[in-house]
Amino acid sequence: MKAFSYHRASGLEAARQQAATTDAAILAGGTTLLDLAKCEVARPEQVIDITRLPGLDEITVDAQGLRLGALARMARVAEDAAVRTAFPAVAQALSLSASAQIRNMATIGGNLLQRTRCAYFRDPASFPACNRRTPGSGCAALDGITTNHALLGTSEACIATYPGDLAVALVALDAIIHLGERQVAATDFFLLPGTTPEREFALAPGEIITAVTLPASRAARRSTYLKLRDRASYEFATVSVAAGLELDAECRVATLRVALGGVATIPWRARAVEAALTGREPTPEAVREACLLAMQGATPRPDNRHKLELAPRLVARAIETLLWEERA
Amino acid sequence: MPSVTTLLTLSINGQDHVFEAEGRTTLLDALREQLHLTGTKKGCDQGQCGACTVHLDGERVLSCLTLACQAEGRAVTTIEGLAGPDGALHAVQTAFLEEDAFQCGFCTPGQIMSAVACIREGHAGSEAEIREYMAGNLCRCGAYPHIVAAVRRAAEGLA
Ligand SMILES: Cc1cc2nc3c(=O)[nH]c(=O)nc-3n(C[C@H](O)[C@H](O)[C@H](O)COP(=O)(O)OP(=O)(O)OC[C@H]3O[C@@H](n4cnc5c(N)ncnc54)[C@H](O)[C@@H]3O)c2cc1C
Ligand code: SF4
Ligand code: FES
Ligand code: FES
Repeated sequence: MKAFSYHRASGLEAARQQAATTDAAILAGGTTLLDLAKCEVARPEQVIDITRLPGLDEITVDAQGLRLGALARMARVAEDAAVRTAFPAVAQALSLSASAQIRNMATIGGNLLQRTRCAYFRDPASFPACNRRTPGSGCAALDGITTNHALLGTSEACIATYPGDLAVALVALDAIIHLGERQVAATDFFLLPGTTPEREFALAPGEIITAVTLPASRAARRSTYLKLRDRASYEFATVSVAAGLELDAECRVATLRVALGGVATIPWRARAVEAALTGREPTPEAVREACLLAMQGATPRPDNRHKLELAPRLVARAIETLLWEERA
Repeated sequence: MPSVTTLLTLSINGQDHVFEAEGRTTLLDALREQLHLTGTKKGCDQGQCGACTVHLDGERVLSCLTLACQAEGRAVTTIEGLAGPDGALHAVQTAFLEEDAFQCGFCTPGQIMSAVACIREGHAGSEAEIREYMAGNLCRCGAYPHIVAAVRRAAEGLA
């Protein structure tokens, strides 16, 4: 790890100014930043610790919805009784993330800004070619193992998967990311790689995430997060699904929200599945048919083709789980 | 960038320690290399194995992904601080001995620190729950069944 100086932010505005310089990095829980500094992917000269700034770690749930301060720890949000009741997908996505130790350390703001686990991205010494890390250098993954690389939202420049769980739930449930005064919809916050994979978030230099809000809704209350992994726990998603459902008086689908993790370059909203079922009676055949649209537009690679089948099945399981809960 | 050091005071196992730390010095390296508290182990140094687990203000965290500077003003507890002042082992340490919950012992300090917190959090209610909430601690020797038994035994004893 390259040497850097450590600064404790004295206030939000001061932190913004300090972080706006190119060689500075914000430090929250540190579980992404220090990991990447050890890999020499992140090479900050100054680290600005914002964790002692007051008032940024609150969790509030009311009739309007949920507000998570950017410094709220993953563990506290995951265990919050009101979050578990009104936004189960959010609590479950966090409970199924990382480990108890990491959830005690990591913050909501830092979580959204975690970087891809692409092994080539994480190892600059062995793999100099990485467009996301070094624009224009190429992509080492294209000649390598890509089992957990993306099938959706890829570009010629980069096929790396967005690894986080929480963001999948946030994208499904129409969260807003607050950057002080400025607000960005979660669905606009994560950027497709296109020709500029190095631009990952709709965040200007020095901008700091202050909070995340989610509107209350019946679909948020009846929501779930399912995660398939290559081992039982403490692993990133092979495929994950956040889904929320509201039925009307005739038991037709009034609202459906679906997003996918583990298969796309950004947390992926599956709008085709939502549209196919909205207004319809959710019979097993209708659900199965709609779920086949989950991977519409996918560009699989030989070693991740299995996800074309796995993802629709997990979406179907998520919707069936919600229907079962709704009828119970 | 020249490495700038600052004089840092950390409260570890109830005692203040003063030493020179760089900005990049992790809590793990400070404990092991500078304060010679080598009970806390370095496995992966990347947040993946749990061998470096310590408590910060009573909560389990990974010392390899915590900067020493971040621990300033907070109470650090390591495996060396778990036994009572008279040297009596903590109930979780005793349970690990009784259940033979290790082979090489390298992961054990991290397992024990994690288990103490796991029980305190109320996440040791069943074997399945223990497995899930201890998942952040890997054991290359595969002593998992005995580790789970030790956590159960300690949880029952402390209940
Ligand atoms: C072994 C391991 C397993 C993991 N498994 C999972 C998993 O299964 N699922 C999952 O979702 N995640 C997983 N993670 C990722 C983990 O959840 C993230 O590392 C963590 O949430 C990041 O939060 P942090 O507070 O530690 O961020 P930091 O490391 O402090 O910051 C991350 C980035 O965000 C910036 N930053 C932080 N806060 C702000 C802010 N408020 N405003 C602007 N910029 C900010 C930092 O400069 C840095 O670039 C895993 C991590 C590890 C090491
Ligand atoms: S897939 Fe993206 S992150 Fe991975 S090596 Fe290629 S360009 Fe880099
Ligand atoms: S040494 Fe810290 S998690 Fe492995
Ligand atoms: S006892 Fe050897 S690693 Fe766990």
